[in-house]
Amino acid sequence: MSGFARRFARNRPAVAGLIVLAAIVAIALAAPALYPQSPFALVGKPFQPPFAEFLFGTDQLGRDVTAEVVHGARTTLLIGLLATAVAVVFGMIVGGIAGYFGGRVDALLMRFTEIFQTIPFFLFAILLVAVLTPSVRNVTLAIALVSWPAMARLARGEFLATRNREFILACESMGMTHARIIVAHIVPNTLSAIIVTASLMVASAILIESGLSFLGLSDPNVISWGYIIGEGRTALRTAWWVCTIPGIAILLTVMAINLVGEGLNDALNPRLRSV
Amino acid sequence: MSAAGSEPVLVIDRLCVDLPPWAERPRAVDDVSLELRQDEILCVVGESGSGKSVMARAILGLFPSRHVKPSGGRVLYRGEDLLTAPPARLRELRGSRIAMIFQEPMTALNPVLTLGRQIEEAIEIHRATPRAQRRRRVLDMLAAVHLPDPARIFDAYPHQVSGGQRQRAMIAMALTLEPDVLIADEPTTALDVTTQAQILALIREIQAARRMAVLFITHDFGVVAEIADRITVMQRGRLVEQGDRAIVLQSPSNSYTETLLAAVPDLVPRRPRENLSGDIAMRVRGLHKTFRGGGILSAGNARLVHAVNDVTFDIGRGETLGIVGESGSGKSTLARCIARLVQPDAGEIRIGELDFGRLAHGALRRARKRVQMVFQDPYGSLDPRRTVGSLIAEGPIVHGVAASAAWERALQLLELVGLDSRAGERYPHEFSGGQRQRIGLARALALEPQVLIADEPVSALDVSVQAQVLRLLADIRERLHLTVLFITHDLRVAAQVCDSTAVMRHGEIVEYGPTAQLFTAPRHAYTRELLAAVPGRAWSEQRASARSTA
Amino acid sequence: MRPTGNGLRYVFRRLALALPTVLTIVVLNFALLHLAPGDAADVLAGEAGSATPEYMAQLRQKFGLDRPLYVQLVVYLKQVVTLDLGYSFRHNMTVTELIGSRLGPTLLLMLTVFALSVGLGVLLGATAARNLNRWRDNLISTLAVLAYATPVFWAGLMLIVVFSIKLGWFPTSGMETVAAFNEGFARVRDIAWHLVLPAITLTLFYLALYTRLMRASVLDQYALDYVTTARAKGLTERQIARRHVLRNAALPVVTMAGVQIGALLGGSVVVETVFAWPGLGLLAYESLFARDINLLLGIFFVSAVLVVVVNLAVDVIYSLLDPRIELR
Repeated sequence: MSGFARRFARNRPAVAGLIVLAAIVAIALAAPALYPQSPFALVGKPFQPPFAEFLFGTDQLGRDVTAEVVHGARTTLLIGLLATAVAVVFGMIVGGIAGYFGGRVDALLMRFTEIFQTIPFFLFAILLVAVLTPSVRNVTLAIALVSWPAMARLARGEFLATRNREFILACESMGMTHARIIVAHIVPNTLSAIIVTASLMVASAILIESGLSFLGLSDPNVISWGYIIGEGRTALRTAWWVCTIPGIAILLTVMAINLVGEGLNDALNPRLRSV
Repeated sequence: MSAAGSEPVLVIDRLCVDLPPWAERPRAVDDVSLELRQDEILCVVGESGSGKSVMARAILGLFPSRHVKPSGGRVLYRGEDLLTAPPARLRELRGSRIAMIFQEPMTALNPVLTLGRQIEEAIEIHRATPRAQRRRRVLDMLAAVHLPDPARIFDAYPHQVSGGQRQRAMIAMALTLEPDVLIADEPTTALDVTTQAQILALIREIQAARRMAVLFITHDFGVVAEIADRITVMQRGRLVEQGDRAIVLQSPSNSYTETLLAAVPDLVPRRPRENLSGDIAMRVRGLHKTFRGGGILSAGNARLVHAVNDVTFDIGRGETLGIVGESGSGKSTLARCIARLVQPDAGEIRIGELDFGRLAHGALRRARKRVQMVFQDPYGSLDPRRTVGSLIAEGPIVHGVAASAAWERALQLLELVGLDSRAGERYPHEFSGGQRQRIGLARALALEPQVLIADEPVSALDVSVQAQVLRLLADIRERLHLTVLFITHDLRVAAQVCDSTAVMRHGEIVEYGPTAQLFTAPRHAYTRELLAAVPGRAWSEQRASARSTA
Repeated sequence: MRPTGNGLRYVFRRLALALPTVLTIVVLNFALLHLAPGDAADVLAGEAGSATPEYMAQLRQKFGLDRPLYVQLVVYLKQVVTLDLGYSFRHNMTVTELIGSRLGPTLLLMLTVFALSVGLGVLLGATAARNLNRWRDNLISTLAVLAYATPVFWAGLMLIVVFSIKLGWFPTSGMETVAAFNEGFARVRDIAWHLVLPAITLTLFYLALYTRLMRASVLDQYALDYVTTARAKGLTERQIARRHVLRNAALPVVTMAGVQIGALLGGSVVVETVFAWPGLGLLAYESLFARDINLLLGIFFVSAVLVVVVNLAVDVIYSLLDPRIELR
C-alpha cells in the first residue's frame, strides 16, 4: 500500500492535479457558506468586468459570476460522479458477465454493447434530455446511458484476460463457485484498471454535461458552468469574461481529474522502467 | 569440424556490461573473455540471468535499453574494436559481415511486411544491387535454407507460415550477404523438438559449407552436445568454463558446470518400480474434444480442430503416466478435459468407482478435490494479491475445513515442499520460479487428491531448478503414494519421471506403453521420429553407458 | 497478393451485421417518440402548432395511432426505411430534403477534422515518442493534456474572441460570405477561410487524443523484437522509424479514429452551433430550440446510419493496412 502512495507521490503532475481537484471539491462543498445567496440572484449592474466590485464580474443580467462558478462546481461534480457511478456499475455487470462466461453470452452482450457504442452518443444525450425534459436526474441518466459501453468493454476485456489465467483455473479446479471466484479473485485483480477508467470517465462525464448545458439542456433550477457560458455567448464581444472564466473552471477540473487518473494508472501498474 | 590454430575472427576481451542501478546485480556481463575462430561453432551455455544474451547483443551494440551499457573491455572483429566504432561503421558491419538471428521468429519479424521484402531489405541497404537481382538473390537464399516454393514464401507474411519456416527465413535473411560471423541467440528454443532438429541440422550444414564462425547461445545442453565444437559456460555474468567440447562435456573443471550437466536427465528410461498395487486409479475411455474456429457468420467455413480424438488409457494407483507430444498435439487440452476445466464432448472419465466425467454443478464441485492440477507458468498460477498461505488453505476451506485447521495444514505442506512455514505470510512475487512451483504443488496437495495432473510443471524452469523440483516430486510421490498424470514435451524428463508413457499427435495417442519399452523399442514411426530428434542423443547414450560401466 | 474477390463479400457481410444496429436505432426512435410529452401525432407533426388540422388527421391515419403499439412500430419502421421522415413546415420541405441540404457542410467539416487530427496526430505522436522526455516531447505532451481537457464549445468561443474579435483574421461565423456571391475558385477560398476556425476547434480534442495514443503506440513498438532485428540488419534509426515502426504504430490510431466517428458527429453539433456553420449539427440545435422532436429524431437516424457506413469504410481501410486481418 505504501509502495503505491510513494509511486503516486513521485508523479508531480498527478500530485498537482490532486491538489487542484481537492481545492475544487473544497470550494464546491463550501459553496453555500461562501455564497449563501442564490447564484441566480441579481446583485449589481450588468457587464461589470472582473477584479472590480466582484471577483469575476457580473454577467448580462447582473448576476455575480463568481457565485455562479462556485455553485456550478457542485452541480458539475455531483452529476459527473453520479453518472459515472451508475455507468460503472451497469458496465461492470454487463462486461463482467460477458468476459467471465464467454461463448454465446459474451457474443450477445457484446453485440448489445457495440450497438450502443455506435450510436452517436452526444446526439443521443441531446435527444434523451430533450424528450424527457431537462432536470438533474435526466441529465445524469442520459450521461450514464452513453458512458456505460466504455466501461462494459473494459470490464469484459479485463475479466476475460484474468479468467484465463492459470490461478483462476486452479480456483475452478478446487471446486469454488463462480461467485467466489469472481468476488475473491477476479475483481481484486481487475480493480486497478477499473478504478483508472472510472476516474477518466468522470472527466468525460463533466465534458458531456457542460456541453449539454451549453446547448440549454440543463436543469433550469440549478446553475451549471456550461449554462453560464451558453447564456454569455450573446455578450461575447463586450463581456468575454462571462464565457472565459467558467470555461477555465471546466478545463482545470477535467485536467486535474485526467492527471490524477493517469497518476493512479502509473502507480497501480508499475511497468518496467522506460527505455 | 574445427580448424585448430586459425586466427580468431571475433575476440571478446574482458568485456563488462553494466546494468541500471535498480537491477539485482551491478553487471550483466562481468569480465568475460572468449575467442571465436573461423569454421567452428562455439556454444555459450547458461541459465536465465547468466548474461549470455546481453553478451551476444553487445557484440553488435544492440543493447536493450540505454541503461544497459558497456563499461570496459573490447570486442574485436578482425582486430577492429566494435565498442568504440562509430555508429555508421557498426551499421555497415551489421548484417553484412556479422549477422544475428533471434529466438522468437514470430515477434522478430515485422508482421506487416512480406518475408521477401524483409530479406530484400538487408541487401538493399548494404549494396546497390538492382531490384530484379535482389529478388533473385532472395529466392536463391530461400531455396538454400530448404524452404519449399520460395516464390510463395517471398510474398507471404510472417503469420502465414509455420514457426520452423519463419526461422528458416530469418536464417536466410542473416546469410544473404555472406557474413563471416553468425550470432544465434537461442534460435531453436521456441521450436518443437522435431523442428528444432531440422534447424540445427540446417545451421550445421550452412556452417560447414561456408566455413562460417558461429556463436550459438543456448540453455540446453542437449543442443550443445549436438552441435558444439567448443563450449563456454556462463554463470551470473561471469565465464566459468571454456574448452573443447569433449573436455567440457566429459570432465569439466568447474563445479557449476558439473551441476548443470548432472541436472540434465538422460534419455534412459527409469526402471519399473516394484511397489505398485495394481488397482486402477483412473480410467479414461474414448475422450473427444473438438473446437470450432471462425465467427458467427462463418458456418460453412468453420475450422474444426480435433484437439482430443478418441483417447483411452488407464493409470494404476501410485503410477506416473506421461503424456508426451509437441505443441498442437492436444496434450494440454487432454489434461484440462480430465480435470473438467474444459468440458469434453464425449467419453468416460472414471476415478476409482466414481463417474467423474458425468458429474455436474454441486456434485462436480464437491468431487473436484479428487483431481488436482499443477500448472506450467509459475508466474501465472498464483493469485498475486493473496498470501501464499491463504492460497494453499483456500481449497480445504471451500470444502468445509475450519479456517484454523486449513491454515495449519497449509504450513505443514509448505514444509513438505521444502519451504519455510513463514513463507505463508508472504506474497507470490517474493518467490522465485522454482519456489512458486513448489507452492503450486503444495496447493494441489492440500485437498489430498487421488490423482495429480502435472501440466508441464518444469518446462518454464532453468535446468538446475528443474532437477530440484523433479526430485521433490519424486520424493512426495513415494511418500504419499500419489498417482500422477505428467504432461510434457521433453522426452528426457518423461524418461526420468514416468512409469508409462503415451505419445500424442494431432489429438490422438499413437503409442502407449511402459516407458522402458517405448524408449528402447518404439513401435510407431512418429515415436521413433521424436526420439531421433532429441538433441544430444548420442551424448546421452555415451554418458549412460559410461555410468553403467563405471 | 490478397484476394480482393473476398472484399465485396466482406462488405456485404458487414452491412448485414450492421442491420441490427440500424434496427435498434429505429426502435429507440420509436420509444423516444412515445416518451416525448404530448400526443405522438403532435411530435410527428414537428413544431407544435404549425401544422394544419388536416395534416394532423392525415398523420394519425398514416401512422395508425389508434392501433396497437406493435402495429405502429411496423408502420414507423416502414416510413423510416423509405426515408419518409416527416415534413418541416418552418423550412417548407420534407425532413429528408432538409437533412440532405445540410449534410454537405457537416461532411466537409468532419472530413477535414478527421484528416487533420489523424494526420497531425500520427506525426506529433511519433515525434514525441522519438524525443522521449526531451523538450519536444514535454511540449507536445503538455499541450495534448491541455487540449484533451478543453471543452470544445469553449475552445471555439475563445478562438473567436482572440482570432475574430481581437485580431480580425477570420470570420466569426457562417460558411461563406453570402453577400459576395462568389463563384468557382473564389468561392472555394471563401469557404476555406470560414472553415479554419471551426475545423481547428473540433480538431483540438481529437488531435490530443491521437497524439497521445500514437506516442504510446510508438513506444510499444520500439520495445518489440522486430526493431532489434532491423537494427541487426544495419538499418539507420530513421529507416527503422519510417519503414517499420510508423505503419505498425499507426494501426491502433486508425482503429480509434473509427470508433470516434460517432463522437465526432456529436462534437460537430456544438461547433456548428458556436460558428453558425450550416450543417446537421446546427440544424439539430435549431430543432432543439423550436422543440421539433421529429426533426431531431430524423437527424439522429441519419447520423447513426452515417456512422455505421463510415465505420465500415474505416474497417476496410484498416484491413488494407494490416495483413493479419483477413477479409473472410
